[in-house]
Amino acid sequence: MDIATFQAYGYFFFTAFLVVVLYAYIYHLYSSQKKGTRDYEKYGNIALHDDITDQPIEEISKNDEIKK
Amino acid sequence: MENRPLEYDYTVAKWFMLTTVVLGIVGMLIGVILAWEMAFPAVNTIAGSGLAEYTNFSRLRPLHTDAVIFGFTLSGIFATWYYIGQRVLKVSMAESKFLMFLGKLHFTLYLLVVVAVVGSLLLGITTSKEYAEFEWPIDIAVVLVWVIWGMGLFGLIGIRREKSLYISIWYYIATFLGIAMLYLFNNMEIPTYFASGGIGAWYHSVSMYSGTNDALVQWWYGHNAVAFGFTVPIVAMIYYFLPKESGQAVYSYKLSLLAFWGLMFVYLWAGGHHLLFSTVPDWMQTMGSVFSVVLILPSWGSAINMLLTMKGEWQQVAASPLIKFMILASTFYMFSTLEGPIQAIKSVNALAHFTDWIVGHVHDGTLGWVGFMIMAALFHMAPRVFKREIYSKSLMGTQFWIQTLGVVLYFTSMWIAGITQGMMWRAHDEFGNLAYSFIDTVAVLHPYFTIRAVGGTLYLVGMLLFAYNMYKTMTSSRRVEESELQNASPMGA
Repeated sequence: MDIATFQAYGYFFFTAFLVVVLYAYIYHLYSSQKKGTRDYEKYGNIALHDDITDQPIEEISKNDEIKK
Repeated sequence: MENRPLEYDYTVAKWFMLTTVVLGIVGMLIGVILAWEMAFPAVNTIAGSGLAEYTNFSRLRPLHTDAVIFGFTLSGIFATWYYIGQRVLKVSMAESKFLMFLGKLHFTLYLLVVVAVVGSLLLGITTSKEYAEFEWPIDIAVVLVWVIWGMGLFGLIGIRREKSLYISIWYYIATFLGIAMLYLFNNMEIPTYFASGGIGAWYHSVSMYSGTNDALVQWWYGHNAVAFGFTVPIVAMIYYFLPKESGQAVYSYKLSLLAFWGLMFVYLWAGGHHLLFSTVPDWMQTMGSVFSVVLILPSWGSAINMLLTMKGEWQQVAASPLIKFMILASTFYMFSTLEGPIQAIKSVNALAHFTDWIVGHVHDGTLGWVGFMIMAALFHMAPRVFKREIYSKSLMGTQFWIQTLGVVLYFTSMWIAGITQGMMWRAHDEFGNLAYSFIDTVAVLHPYFTIRAVGGTLYLVGMLLFAYNMYKTMTSSRRVEESELQNASPMGA
């Protein structure tokens, strides 16, 4: 197999792999929303409640404390 | 002083807002001069034959493109970053002296680069690579400016209070990384003076690539400069400003994430469509075409998401000129991201390549989408950073309609001109002799070139109205309270 053919196969399978990853990501987004694991839509509120005095949608320090 | 409540610090954002307006006027003015030069060649020597060197089309053209891309648009991107970045990360620049210093340094160096670019291009010093005309010393300075912006960007993300990065931040990060990669690779060049041991000018260089490779790298850069300069950061803006101004959260946050990764995945492969029917390998041309068509999906994903954000709130489009700007921008985004893929289809490209249709496509994207969105962003920011209402709502409406008319005249004339040109170039008799010479096409296109110049002039007039409205907002508008700044921007009559 010459290098050009190898590149072409490599390119094709890599693209196919990335397509699978993208579709898996779609599935992940919608299924975790449905199962209630994570509410992605609440992040839309980050733009609306963006005063410096507003409570963050997910506070960084609070989450870190939970992890500990 | 110690008891003063924490506030967002918009100092750097304000500075970049100023350069957005000034460089926008400069870039668009040069564009208008060029359009009139195309229609009436005598304009090339309008300042006399002694100064013709500085006023002719070829000298001014890179100045126009670079002023609107790296002046107007980039300033707009930086201005909105220094505004949106703080707000959605819920952290003030005032909280870090170091980040504040980086921001100010970023602006100062950016301004120096602008001066160097304008000076060198006016003097005719150029690498002759489209949208990458700057010689190596300026390239090094550009990289420095970019690195400083990146440090500020990631620095601010590092001290944030909001754990999740809002979708706009993803787009700004992509802008930073994408342009960094593109700019570095396309501007790999050898300073000839040093490589040759002292021959020629010290600032001169030649590209490290040659022939087909040079063309490939150039259009991988050129097309993705559109991706990461004219698309990604402008999407970042609309994802913040439309929801904020309308008071409606993004219609589907999941779709915004999906469209983001789709765009990142697909865009980088589409540049080959600039080199259809060239010496580039055929499979690469096909790849460029196919990926361009696929690109409709993520582009429309974002645009439709924006239109659906207005669901049930369409009365706001009629009531607010600011929302009008953003909705029209989003519509033009859909429009040009459909037009581009159509032009990238090989059989269509055989007709469209090198014609004015391409110029029309670029301008419905830049004037309709990029220009409108950046101006809308500045209109939204102005009351918040200056603590004054927008000076005049009616002036804003007037500007909107003048500019919309300008854009429509621009792209329709270029469509007709481009398709006429393409048809005339390929027309032949039964023996295969070409039916027209080049000058025949020029004569036929004259009315369309004139219409284009009128369209461009209208857009520039709108830009001047915008500058006046912004100036009055900054200096003499009614002062507003924080409570008036929640969603819809306060506007004077």
